[in-house]
Parts: sequence; structure tokens; C-alpha cells
Amino acid sequence: MLKIKNLHARVEGQEILCGLSLEMGSGEVHAIMGPNGSGKSTLASILAGRDTYEITEGSIEFMGVDLLALDATERAVAGVFIAFQYPVEIPGVSNMNFLRTSINSIRDQKGEEPMPAKDFLAKVKQCAKLVELDGKLRDRSVNEGFSGGEKKRNEVFQLAMLEPLLAVLDETDSGLDIDALRIVSSGVNALRSAERSFLIITHYQRLLDHIVPDRVHVLAGGRIVRSGDKSLALELEDKGYDWINEELAQ
Amino acid sequence: MAASEDNPILDEFTRKEYEFGFTTDIESDRVAPGLNEETIRLISEKKEEPKWMLDWRLAAYKIWTEMEEPDWAHVDYEPLDYQKICYYAAPKSKPVLDSLDDVDPELRKTMDKLGISTEEQKRLSNVAVDFVMDSVSVSTSFKGTLAKKGIIFCSMSEAVRDHAALVQKYLGTVVPVKDNFFSALNSAVFTDGSFCYIPKGVKCPMELSTYFRINESGTGQFERTLLIADKGSYVSYLEGCTAPQRDENQLHAAVVEIVALDEAEVKYSTVQNWYPGDENGVGGVYNFVTKRGVCETRAKISWTQVETGSAITWKYPSCILKGDHSVGEFYSVAVTSGAQQADTGTKMIHLGQHTHSTIISKGISAGRSQNSYRGLVRMASSAEQGRNFSQCDSLLMTDTSGAHTFPYIEISNPSAKVEHEATTSRIGEDQMFYCLQRGMTEEQAIGLIVNGYAKEVLNKLPMEFAVEAQKLLAISLEGSVG
Repeated sequence: MLKIKNLHARVEGQEILCGLSLEMGSGEVHAIMGPNGSGKSTLASILAGRDTYEITEGSIEFMGVDLLALDATERAVAGVFIAFQYPVEIPGVSNMNFLRTSINSIRDQKGEEPMPAKDFLAKVKQCAKLVELDGKLRDRSVNEGFSGGEKKRNEVFQLAMLEPLLAVLDETDSGLDIDALRIVSSGVNALRSAERSFLIITHYQRLLDHIVPDRVHVLAGGRIVRSGDKSLALELEDKGYDWINEELAQ
Repeated sequence: MAASEDNPILDEFTRKEYEFGFTTDIESDRVAPGLNEETIRLISEKKEEPKWMLDWRLAAYKIWTEMEEPDWAHVDYEPLDYQKICYYAAPKSKPVLDSLDDVDPELRKTMDKLGISTEEQKRLSNVAVDFVMDSVSVSTSFKGTLAKKGIIFCSMSEAVRDHAALVQKYLGTVVPVKDNFFSALNSAVFTDGSFCYIPKGVKCPMELSTYFRINESGTGQFERTLLIADKGSYVSYLEGCTAPQRDENQLHAAVVEIVALDEAEVKYSTVQNWYPGDENGVGGVYNFVTKRGVCETRAKISWTQVETGSAITWKYPSCILKGDHSVGEFYSVAVTSGAQQADTGTKMIHLGQHTHSTIISKGISAGRSQNSYRGLVRMASSAEQGRNFSQCDSLLMTDTSGAHTFPYIEISNPSAKVEHEATTSRIGEDQMFYCLQRGMTEEQAIGLIVNGYAKEVLNKLPMEFAVEAQKLLAISLEGSVG
């Protein structure tokens, strides 16, 4: 469903990704790990369609279409969802209004009718349960005054509501305490399906104890330097990232 | 960010064109341009006014000739030549259309977007309406309901004829003729406006809207409104309309006076969407308005305004909190785009003891526009325990627009408390991107963020007005995208 080939990207003249290649099948969960500054979050931003990056080479194919030819809105409509590392606050806009606007916008662009209010509310109830998001948080302005953990739970709540084909979790585990980590993980696990793929970007192995990946990739120096199964994550946890850098240097 | 390079939708704002140019034919029963005593006599005569009204106008004219046009506002325009303005045009009959199909499709599109009902659209665009759902019958039954309660709601011209005692008692008491250059001009030449009187203890059962009488007499270039809420009464008054308003008059200098007697409450809501001019502001309306209310003991006046139109807006709806325990409120959203300039805010004059005022102002600047908040909070020495809270927020949509805040605070009583908060922010690229990533279009994202920002004020509008105003904000900022 996702094929990234030899991707090169730069920002302000500096090359951040240099020849990244990655392939994911439907229903797979892949983890991308790597030291700070290796280009992990850049990859998430590029998939989302931020225009602050210049793609100099390579391609991204998503469900058979050229993802790079789509703008951010079109990618969302096509089924790409990013759970952001730092979800923004939107004062005065209730979570519910935000989600209803999102869902109906996507439906509209697909030529579908808006979701009936009754169905919407039923879905909200069901999805909020997944991440233990209580009614108060649902009615508050988007992320305003939310704790770090609440913001991340809200991201997974939105993920559940929007039902994407590809969900990219950009360091969703950062800043989470043990309980929040458990809630977020079980929410994500509940959303795993044969059609939906997850790309989990993380610095630490601990998230992968809860969400067990099919593949683990190590990103360093702007490309994937090693891929393996979940044991690779444990190895990284054990040895740190230095040995990767050392290997690269050789 | 360099908005003009990075974000096409923001760039579009600067090139936004008002879709509804001037197409109305000017039918004349006009007096020759120019202003002198003769012009005023002619206006008064054409309106068949009593002598006291003419004398009042002439006195105002004399005062006006001795005044100078103010230049302290943060707006920039070529000086007006007052001798080139035509001061009287008979209420012209708009061309009557056979059906909505004859209405400018662009205008219809906007009215549809605003969610204005078909019937309302017909009325606004002067389509001949059928008998069943006739607006005249609506307005007639509406007048019947009001009359039963003893409420007077009519044009100013009618009031001068039929309710002279009330007009004479209150006209010019809240906004004196010599208050400012434009109020003096208005006093001399005002053509029409609204008059409203709510008797003692009466709660007006419906929102009084100028919608209901706009076609009867046409809105004047120099509108004069007088609203009197007698003791213990309540009224919610709606002025203007979200539909784009065309007008061939460049200068608008309206005066609105509100008298809230003991324990009366007046809510005055305005939506202003006059023609803003082309991308250089050429041809747009200059909106120089004086609005003020006086509160007697325990009375309350609440101004809510959504300002999106006009090339230049100069407007400070104010409250004189004369009576003890009286309350003044001002809630404002001012949107400027293109080359628009707005200098708007309020004055809260605390005279009575335990008087309270609240000011919430939200400015939104796009394009190359300039948006200023100018407000005065004055605690007189008599304003024992007076309180004010002011919050002035500015949102910049582009880096070529400007947001300015000029708060004036004068405190002569040591027990008074005044709080002022102000913020200026850029519309967040991150906020925009967040919305786009969730599948919204740029227009939807801007609409959502801006309405969220202005929510505190929009919530103060009467329900149906609020829904239209929300859509209006999004439309005002959407430019020619989509």
C-alpha cells in the first residue's frame, strides 16, 4: 500500500533524507526508530504533505497513486492520517465541531452525503471509549488546556473517528506516562485491521512492547540502514544507537 | 512565513474582489450637490418637517461649519469635498424583479452561502413577492404585535411627525450635535433612520430588526437612529444585514442614540457589510459612525458588532454609565482585508457608583489592511467601585496587514478597578496544517479557526444572526478561492 523509493528531501538547502526506501503492505505495522536528527519526523511531515520540504529525488506511491502529486487535504481524503508529535491548540473550536467538519469535508470530497448527526454521535461515543476520553474533553476546544497525555489520546481518538488506511504515529509515546501509554497503545491495537497500516515513529522501544510491529527499521543519516523484526528494537534498546553510527562510519 | 509565497489562499485575500459591483441605476429626485442653509431648508421641506426640526438642523449646520474634520484616527484617505456630495436623494425605487432568477447569480450564491431563506432573499433583492408569503404581510402582523404592547417602531421621519414630543425630548441628548464633526454633519442633513420606543416594563417580544423596514424608506446615507427603552423595559435590536450591501454613496455618517432608563436593558447588534471598494479601496464606503447610549440606574446596554465591510470604518459604540449599578458591554469582531482600514472600539464612561463595563474586541486583518482598536475607559471621580475588564485580541492573516491597539485609560477614583488584556497573534501555519491534514479545505480551515477565535463575540449575537455572521466571517476571508 505504501512504497517509498529512494526518497531525497531537503529543507533550506540541507539534505535531511538521502535515499530512503520503504515498503509496507496493507494491515502491517512498521516501526521506524533512530537517533535524534536522523530524519524521522521529516518523513512524517513529508507523508502528511507539508510544503516546507523540497523533494529532490525519489517517489512515494500510496494505494497505487503518486502521493507527492496530492496536497495535504487530498492525502487526508485518500486515507493518510498523521498523529502529530505536538498537536496544536485551536481556541474556540470544539473537538466535536472540528471532527464533524473533518469527516464531512472528507465525505464531501468523495462525493458522499454528510454523516447524519445520530451516526456521528454514536461513533464519537464508541471511539472516545477506546482511548478513555471523557465527555468534558470532547466538548472542549481542540487540545486547548489538554495535558500532554490528553493531547495524544485525542490524536488516537481522531484516528479512530477518521478511519484512515495509513496512520503515521509521530513520536506518539513521547511525554506519556505509563498509564497514558497503555491507553494509547490499546486504542491503537483495537484499530489494527487487515486494511489499515501503521507507521510508528519512535525513539524508544517501550511503545513497541505494547504495539508489536511486524517490521522495525532503523533510520540514520536520512535513510534506512537496517531492517528486521521486533527483536531489532530490543537490540537497539540494549545497545543504544551508537553502534549504528559506528557501523555507518566504517 | 512569507505569506504571499507560501500560502496561495492568504495571497488571494490581498487580491480579493468584491463580487458585487455597483449596478444600480441612480434615479433622481436629487438636490444639487453642495451644502448650505438652502440645502438644509430643501431637505426639511421635502420631508415636510415641523419648524422645530428645521431650526435644529440649521443650528447643527452652523456648528458643523465651525468644526474641523478629525484626523486622529489611524486611517488614511483623500480629504472629502463636502460641497461635492449630494445631500438628498428621494428614496429611490429599486428595480422590481420578477423572480429570483433575475437576481445577480453571484449575489444569490453569497446569500445561499449565508443561509438566507428564499423569502428573505426575495425581499433583500427586491423581488416582487407573492401574496401568501408576502414580506409586507409579515411586517404588518409584526407591527400589530408591537402595537399591542405599545411599542413604537417606525422611521425617523414618521417619528418626527407623529411622536414629536419623544423625539424632541431625547434627540441629541446622548450624542450632542457638537460631539464631533460627523455627528454635527449628520444632525444637519440626516435623511432618515429608525425610531424605537419601548414603554415602561415592556419586554419586546421579538428581535427588532431593520430588515423589516429597510425597503419602506431605504437606508439613508446619513442615518439617524433613536432608541428609547423606558424604565424596566427590554429590547434586542438588530441593525444591518449579512447580505452584501450596495450603495452608491461613498460617505456614510450615521448617528445612533440609545437611552436606557432605570433598569432597562438594550441589546444592540450590528452586522456591517458595506461595499469595501476595489483592491485599492477605491470606491468603497467611508463609514463614519457615532453610536452611544446612556444608562440610568441599573440599566444595561450591550453593543455587539460584526464589521466586515466598508473601505474605512470609524466607529466607537459607547456607553455612558450614568446611573449607579449600570452596566455597559461591547463585543466586537472587525475583519479587514484588501485595502480596508478600520479604526474601531468603544468608550466606557463610568459616572455612577458600582458601574461595570466589559470590552471584548477581536480584530482580524488580512491582505494589506489596517485594523485598529481604539478604546477609552474613563472612571470619573464619582465612579466609586467602578469596574472594567477589557480584552483586545488581534489576529493577523498576512504579514502585509497591520493590527494596532490604542487603549486609553483615565481613572479619577481610587476605588475603581480596570483590567486590560491584549494579544496579537498570527494565524498559525500549524493550525492550518492540522486542519488540512484532517481533510479540510483551506477555506474550511480558515473559517473554522477564525470563527473559533471570534466565538466569544459571536455567541453574544441573537441565534439566527450568529449563524449568518459565522458564515459571513468565513466568506469575507475566503477571497476568490473556490
